[in-house]
Amino acid sequence: MTTPPQVSAPDALHAVSLIVNGTAYALEIPARRLLSDALRHDLGLTGTHVGCEHGVCGACTILVDGQPMRSCLLLAVSMDGAELTTVEGLTEEGDRLGPVQQAFQDCHGLQCGFCTPGFLTTITAGLRDDPDPTPEAAREMIAGNLCRCTGYQNIVKSVLRAAELQRGGGDA
Amino acid sequence: MTTKAFGARVARVEDERFLRGRGRYLDDLAADALHVALHRSPHAHARITDIDVEAVLDVDGVVAVYTYEDLTGAMADPLPLLIPHPDLTHGRTQYALAKDQVNYVGEAIAMVVAVDRYVAEDAAARIVVSYEFLPPVVGLDAARAADHLVHDDVPGNLAATSTQATGDAMAAISRAPHRLALDLDIERSACTPLEGRGTVAKWDTDNGRLEVWSSTQTSTGVRAAVAAKLGLDLSVVDVITPDVGGGFGVKVVHPWPEEVLVPMAAMALGRPVKFTEDRREHFISAAHERAQQQHVEVGFDDDGRILGLDVEIWHDNGAYIPYGLIVPIITTTQLLGPYKPPVYKATFHSLYTNTVIVTPYRGAGRPQGVYAMERTMDAIAAALGKDRAEVRAANFIQPDEFPYDQGLIFQDGKPLIYDSGDFPQMLDKVKALVGWDEFAAFRDEMRAEGRRVGIGLACYVEGTGVGPYEGGHIQVETTGKVKVSTGLTTQGQGHQTVFAQIVADELGVRFEDVEVVTGDTRRMPYAVGTYASRAAVMSGSAIALTARSVRRKALELAAEALEANVDDLEIRDGVVEVRGAPGAQISLGTLAVLSNPLRYAFDEASKAATQFSVGDPDKVPVPEGTSPGLESRDFYSPPRSTFASGMHAVIVETDPDTAEIRILKYAVVHDCGRLINPMIVEGQIHGGVAQGVGGALYERMVYDEHGQLLNASFMDFLMPYVTEVPETIDVDHLETPSPLNPLGIKGAGEAGVIPSAAVFASAIEDAEGIVITRMPISPSELYDLRRTHAGSDEAAVAAVEGDS
Repeated sequence: MTTPPQVSAPDALHAVSLIVNGTAYALEIPARRLLSDALRHDLGLTGTHVGCEHGVCGACTILVDGQPMRSCLLLAVSMDGAELTTVEGLTEEGDRLGPVQQAFQDCHGLQCGFCTPGFLTTITAGLRDDPDPTPEAAREMIAGNLCRCTGYQNIVKSVLRAAELQRGGGDA
Repeated sequence: MTTKAFGARVARVEDERFLRGRGRYLDDLAADALHVALHRSPHAHARITDIDVEAVLDVDGVVAVYTYEDLTGAMADPLPLLIPHPDLTHGRTQYALAKDQVNYVGEAIAMVVAVDRYVAEDAAARIVVSYEFLPPVVGLDAARAADHLVHDDVPGNLAATSTQATGDAMAAISRAPHRLALDLDIERSACTPLEGRGTVAKWDTDNGRLEVWSSTQTSTGVRAAVAAKLGLDLSVVDVITPDVGGGFGVKVVHPWPEEVLVPMAAMALGRPVKFTEDRREHFISAAHERAQQQHVEVGFDDDGRILGLDVEIWHDNGAYIPYGLIVPIITTTQLLGPYKPPVYKATFHSLYTNTVIVTPYRGAGRPQGVYAMERTMDAIAAALGKDRAEVRAANFIQPDEFPYDQGLIFQDGKPLIYDSGDFPQMLDKVKALVGWDEFAAFRDEMRAEGRRVGIGLACYVEGTGVGPYEGGHIQVETTGKVKVSTGLTTQGQGHQTVFAQIVADELGVRFEDVEVVTGDTRRMPYAVGTYASRAAVMSGSAIALTARSVRRKALELAAEALEANVDDLEIRDGVVEVRGAPGAQISLGTLAVLSNPLRYAFDEASKAATQFSVGDPDKVPVPEGTSPGLESRDFYSPPRSTFASGMHAVIVETDPDTAEIRILKYAVVHDCGRLINPMIVEGQIHGGVAQGVGGALYERMVYDEHGQLLNASFMDFLMPYVTEVPETIDVDHLETPSPLNPLGIKGAGEAGVIPSAAVFASAIEDAEGIVITRMPISPSELYDLRRTHAGSDEAAVAAVEGDS
């Protein structure tokens, strides 16, 4: 039999300030709290989903200072002062769907919706770097995210459609 | 109505909340809940000699810990065997918490309840269990050899042996001019939805009610199971299915241990309790499917027409068999596909192993059956030197032969009678779509470039829309909004959209005014569940019938109010109009007001329904045979399943050096009767094809001889990313309406995944000239096959005998 691990005193709390979707939050959290859990359970931003907790599926992807990162592989205490964008922060003025969100609706780019937030954040960053991707580049852009429902066909279309919407080709 | 919703590519109403991050999935609920963590067996086969939970109590934040000793009443009994069958002579199910033996790695032994998941996991890790080890039975070879038994009292590890036959198949085979025998193998895979299992329960002390939310494919099933296990009246248990992050079959199993343990703890502790499964738990304690060994004997004539078919199947059902024999029954019945062998016999043996349980995964036994049949078709074509499509066509049931009785009993206990289809037309379509007839030229072209390509074809028939029933409830509110509910659940299929399309057309209201709720037993307590591609057929039909009832009621009320004949009325955009009498109209909202005679007026609209303003003073306000409210609840119960069908074709390229397998073209022709929403059907097909690619080329559960699952993570279990799926999937539809339901529809959910193992085996065999008998196949396995095959001119297994 293995020896049970020693349990330390209750986790000491650490002060962390996060800016999430433009709003500043002050948190007191244990050092081991995952960023995904802090967002979901401490801040109530449950749009960020956890699919594997080992960094493979990409459902928990958020933007950290603009870069897509897996919030299940980050400790919230390491994010002090960072600016985070989650799926809840992708809408535009007047609570309208952002271009990537709108493209997913237009192209049926989602089914159960569980992996979707990670795709939306990933593509948002991807299109910032490459606003006019080829179909091949669109596939490359989403190649680190798992979806079990769609077979990716309509997600690739959504990437291309989002690029079109961002360029102002709204009514195509 | 102004526009017809049925059949249109209507955008999904679900998307709005999902795209904004406002979906409500299981773990998003009950922020104030206590969390559970399970202590699970690290051993595949062992007796438990002691469980020491002492150390758990030292962990701050732990609220409770449960082992088998704490279970009372029905909770102390094994979990139910959900689908009994006369041939299931040795059915065994697990306890909610292991009693004195564990039979797979991952089996739940103890449950800790704590303030959060972190603390709960800390505590669960401190539980010390002492074991006496037993030899594990891993894989079908070990199960069949039965040198060791999974369950002491199950001889030969055999849960069941079951045979169905339409005659003496072996006699027919022995009389046939040509005969073949094939031995085939298919490995384990699993549904792996992106969201795992999960359950939240709250005991409402004030009202004496138990509220349960579960990420399930059957709210009513969970409700009944929870009530039975906890000794509660059904009427005090509510089960609500929130947004579900994919199911694919695994979430139809119920109750999972956690689904009854969490409500039990919530009642005992008087606080909300939550279980959210993590990924490793999903791999080792949910369910798998697919693993079978198959032996096929077939006799056929010079045209490749089958004269007799005899199949024996060994099915790995894992450590327990809560879902009964559904999967192997489906394999052995749906194996026949679009073909009509005059004599058929199938026997399956369902065997226990010390591995995770096996329950339906999208396709539910059909991929294995289609694999057996289609491998056989290819073998016949190879033996006769005939075109593979031609051999299939020679065996097709013809369009004028429907309804076609296969002479077997299907998984629903009803006769296997195909209702409609057109297989010759479908074959023409798929050949055109993939370029079957042009392939020889393409192959030559590729060969000239030093490239190796192959084409594959696979056909299937899928029994969908199985009974017993589903229901619909529709209420028109006084605002004119139409509230619809059905009891089965949703895991991403877009039911809120397609059911609203049906109601919009049937009732004559605007699509935007229809709101659909699924999987909430408070709204619809009579339901079965979402599985077997049945939701559109069953609930769609029930909702259509309900909408027709509401329409009749509305027209009768309107006829009275407008002093018109019912036959002269029509409903458009929620307004009843008298044909040819402009201005003579009344809205459904107003009719809803009039339908409910009131004493009290709450607003302007309800004034119209009070006792001084409505009705004939000589009649009672609610005449006999009527009821207040513009609403109805109706049910649809089919005589038997309706049979969808499809054919897939694929062109693959295999790398001559590395044996990598690349998909160049993937074509699907699909017939699910009338399409409610082609966009959604195509989405289902895309997803199924991707899952099929995974199952054929990448995914497998790798157990070692000790019963440890070596690849229990997304890092090691290779689900396809976009880089593994075909760049395009060409889809064409055929619509042969089902005569069995009011809408002429058939199920579509599972179709995409069914022929994958078969179609890839066919294409890779064609590219390589090596007989493929084991799926899935990886590049390294193909590489090994090449080396084994080199120097031997004989095909590996399919030996042609008795050629005259």
